Formats: sequence, C-alpha cells, structure tokens
Amino acid sequence: MLNSNYFINAIRFVLLVLVQVLIFNRLNFFGFINPMVYIMFLYWYPIKENRAAFIGVCFLLGLTIDFFSDTMALNAASTVTIAYLRPTIMRFVFGVNYEFQSFKLGSATKVQQITFLALLIVIHHMVFFTLEIFNLVNILLILKKVIFIGLATLVLCLLFGSLFSVRKE
Amino acid sequence: MQQIINFVIRYKNFLLFICLLTLSLVFTIRAHSYHQSRFLNSANYISGKIYEKSNNFFTYFGLDDENEKLIEENKRLRDLLFNKAPLDSMPIDSTKRQYTIAIGKVIKNSYANPRNYITIDKGRKDSIKPDMGVITDKGILGIIENTSENYATVQSILNENSNINAKIKGTNNFGSLIWDTKNYNIVQLIDIPRMVSLTIGDTIVTGAMSSIFPENIPIGTIKKYDLDNSNSLYTIQVALFNDMTNIGYVYIIENNRRPEIIQLQSDTDGNAQ
Repeated sequence: MLNSNYFINAIRFVLLVLVQVLIFNRLNFFGFINPMVYIMFLYWYPIKENRAAFIGVCFLLGLTIDFFSDTMALNAASTVTIAYLRPTIMRFVFGVNYEFQSFKLGSATKVQQITFLALLIVIHHMVFFTLEIFNLVNILLILKKVIFIGLATLVLCLLFGSLFSVRKE
Repeated sequence: MQQIINFVIRYKNFLLFICLLTLSLVFTIRAHSYHQSRFLNSANYISGKIYEKSNNFFTYFGLDDENEKLIEENKRLRDLLFNKAPLDSMPIDSTKRQYTIAIGKVIKNSYANPRNYITIDKGRKDSIKPDMGVITDKGILGIIENTSENYATVQSILNENSNINAKIKGTNNFGSLIWDTKNYNIVQLIDIPRMVSLTIGDTIVTGAMSSIFPENIPIGTIKKYDLDNSNSLYTIQVALFNDMTNIGYVYIIENNRRPEIIQLQSDTDGNAQ
C-alpha cells in the first residue's frame, strides 16, 4: 500500500510536469494566460504524510518546472510556500475534521474542496507574480495577472480534479 | 545544547521551508539584478531533449508554412544576388570573413512573461557561444545567453533585460531597443534626440555600435512616437517584423572580430583611467 502510494505520486509528478511544460506553458491564451495545473500535485498529495518530505518534494516540483520554463526559481519559491502553508489552509477550510484519522479529501463537501484549491492557487499566484514582476509600482498588473491566470488555473484544475478524481476508499 | 537540538527538531519543517525559500529567492533575485541563472535554465540535457522530442512532433504540422518562408527568403536572396556585380574576387578564406552564420531550430519559445527566453537545438558542440546574435529571415530575435553541450538559450528581445543598439534606417541616429513587457508585438526604441524627423512607418534596423549584430538587420517599423518626460528624447513604439509567437528556424551570427573589438575597448578604457 505504502509502495503504491509512492508510485502513484511519482507518476503524478512526472505527468504533471510534462503536461505543464508541453501543453499549458505554450497555451498563451489571450497572449498571457498560462494556467499552472501542476498545483494539483499539492491538492492530491496524501494528507497524513511526513511534512518535511512533502515540502522537499514540492520544492523539487517547482524547480523542475523552472528548469523548463526559464523562470529563475519563481515556481520553486511559490510552490514551497503553499506546501508549507497547506496544513494551515486545510485547518481553515475543513475545520477540526481534518485532524481525524478517517478524514479523506473526497468526503469533504464540494464547496470545501473548491475553497481549498482556490486558496492554494491564490497564494501561489500572489507569490509567483510578485516575485516575477518584482516591483510594487506595478501592483495593478500583479493583481490582473493573479485574477485572470488564477481563474484559468482554477477552472482547469477543477476539470482535472473531476477527470482524475481520487478513488473514494 | 539540548535546547538548540530541541528547537531544531520542533521547528524542523519551518526551518526547512525557510531554507528552501531563501534558496529560491537567492536564485530569483540574483537573476533579477543580472542575467538568467547559469544553473537554472532550459539549456540542459533533460529539458532540451524533452523539448526537442515534442518539437519534432509539433513542427510536423507547420511544414507548409516553413516551406513558404524559405521560398520567400530564397527569392529575396536571389533578387539580391542577380542584381549584384559578379564577385570574382570574393575571399574564400573563411578566417577573413567578419561574420559566420550557423542555423538552429527553436525548440521552446515563450512570450507571455516579462523575461522571455527561447531555447534552440544548437550548443557548444556546434561552437555556439554566449553573446552571439540570433535572427530569423524577417528580423532580429535576440542574443545567446547560456549554452550547454547540445542546446542554448536565447535572451529574446521580449525580455526586460534586453538592450540592443538600433537606428532608423538610412540615418545614423542611434538609440536603445528595450521592451516594456506589455505587448509581444511591440518593442520600444528610446534615446533618439528630438531634432530627428520621424515618420510613421519608417524602418528600424540594428545599429553599427553593436559588436553582436551586423549593421542593418531589420527589426520593425515605427508605429507611434512620443517625447519622453524630459521632452528632449523620443520614445518610439516599434511594431516588429517577426511574429514572435511563431518562430521556426533561426540564424546564429558570430562576429569573428568581436574579441578584437572588446579587447580594444577595454584597453582604451584602461588607458583613460
């Protein structure tokens, strides 16, 4: 069981990186919208896992995307941030329920799932575009990018989520 | 000592997070103040291979367009060739030529970020070095920034760090070509003095002050011009000839006299001090 979990996560890692760099990085919808679907990795990652390993893996995921897209270390910085904040966000969204052993993402309500995903995306995009533009004078540009690209990411992530839903066990 | 160890164990996740975040911030900020990171770029073996493979697949659908472009360019070159006086005395010795041209294929292109880099499938093995110029059949594209064994990344003119010497065709009014990150079809030419007369539609070409590009490589046409804040210099909006979203094959230009120029300039600077 443990092994199959590792295996699934490794496959997910590779597939999400490939999908991100080969398809979504060249989408350029309206000239600037490139959704970042690899955030789904953090959404799907098992809850009761070693936290340090999770942060490490997420850093690696961000760095791999950076290697491909020539974005310095922006993806690494923003992914490691949401990886660290994930337990806090989950406690905020799911309440104390999430502390129980029996808690499964699939058993939460739809609204909770979407809120969780949306918070991950918003924080990720905030960090990403603030660092990318690196100039608070352009705060409107940062907000515009966060809103539009965030929405596109959310929609695509929800589609991905319903396509490849985690088995309800 | 015990307390320190306890502290580290208790906050190990936080410390790990801070370490990794600092590491990525260092990479990011160093690249902001200078150039693309030497270490974090897509000219490495793995990403290069993957982009190459996927590109092999996608270019298959663009072969018609690519053919058309080639025919168009051949026609233009033939026009030039036939209208030129016969050049019997052309030096064949390649060491005497100022520019050497190599070809490459774009395997990854981006234009939606403030800093865009293009990856091509030629690298050190094909004697591509940093600071060589890259153009297409229509015009200028960028400058080689990093190379690996088989691949190289090109700093596109659509990059906020890009700064290329350019001028108005047929005159000697030089300025700098920069990009304000807003529109991927339009770049800006700044530092042209006010007394120069400009017309919308004039062609902008590379200038002679660059030791990277040959003179008179087309860039684009004037779309709009305004005076800057000081009211003494123009800021010109240049519509690019290249469609930056659709780039296939490129030419890489090496200026064989560049080391000599750089040597001379640094000597002069050294003497002046």
